[in-house]
Amino acid sequence: MTGACGLWAYAITEHGGGDALTEHGGWDLSRLTGVAGGTVRTVAADGFTVLVSDVDLAEFGEAALRRNLENLTWLEEVARAHHHVIDAASGLFPLLPTRLATVYSSHAAMTAALARRAEELRATLRRVGGRVEWGVKAYAAPQPDTRDSEQPAGGQAGGETAPGAGLAYLKRRRAQLTARERSQHAALAGARAVHKELSGRAAQARLHPPQSAQLSGNQMPMLLNTAYLLDASASDGFASAVAAAATAHPELRLELTGPWPPYSFAGED
Amino acid sequence: MDSLPARVPDERIALVDLLDRLLADGVMVTGEITLSVADVDLVTISLRALLASVSSLDKSYSGAEPATR
Repeated sequence: MTGACGLWAYAITEHGGGDALTEHGGWDLSRLTGVAGGTVRTVAADGFTVLVSDVDLAEFGEAALRRNLENLTWLEEVARAHHHVIDAASGLFPLLPTRLATVYSSHAAMTAALARRAEELRATLRRVGGRVEWGVKAYAAPQPDTRDSEQPAGGQAGGETAPGAGLAYLKRRRAQLTARERSQHAALAGARAVHKELSGRAAQARLHPPQSAQLSGNQMPMLLNTAYLLDASASDGFASAVAAAATAHPELRLELTGPWPPYSFAGED
Repeated sequence: MDSLPARVPDERIALVDLLDRLLADGVMVTGEITLSVADVDLVTISLRALLASVSSLDKSYSGAEPATR
């Protein structure tokens, strides 16, 4: 690396100290490839151990970051590399994932930043570290009945319609709209019930904004985009609960993702 | 020495689900010398990039979409 170097942070842990971490359970973290192909290592800072790799500030400095984050190819590559390291490490010891693009100019700067928040970080680590996150997205199931009959029937051949056909159409249309409204209400109520049930099983829950149809790639409206924090041992039971909820709520389509490192719960509320 | 656990099939994780978490979440430990970008900026920027790319994909696929039931 020719230019000035910064430290890209992946995760913070209290587990072990410095070099001891790389030998944890026989795993060698240095074989993990990080962002921009960097070699991951651990650095001790103010009683914490931080997973870092070196990054070139010409590419990862503030101005360059702002520019590069606009590039989806670049963003995807970096996001996946960041996730890959955290995901592998989170299976080995309790950790707090750091937000994407946390870059320090020096070890001293990193230590100072951690020292300022030490107490809070320790508390969050105790609450979140070692737990896993599951994502649940709920979509309103499509209503084929109302959709299929949306086109006005008849009226094509000859252009002539029977008397009263217009009124009949309007009546039918109003019934369809009411039915659709009803099914939308049912789907929303279902989503709320599912969230309540799943929250009861989780240590903590967090709502993400629903993804737009454009982003989710799904034409069904997304009603719920939630993250649940669970003990790793509770994962199987949670997946079964989601499957049971999917059966109990035909008005919804449920999608389960995970287990994730506890991303959604590492930040302060 | 043991090898690393089997690599998680990262490619299968939807980028949008990953960005939901990576851009808005994760612990922020910023100091005055930290080069971390403000999260609001990050989300705005990245979603704009995502939307732009998704809508251009949509265009190239439109018309070819089968009616799935």
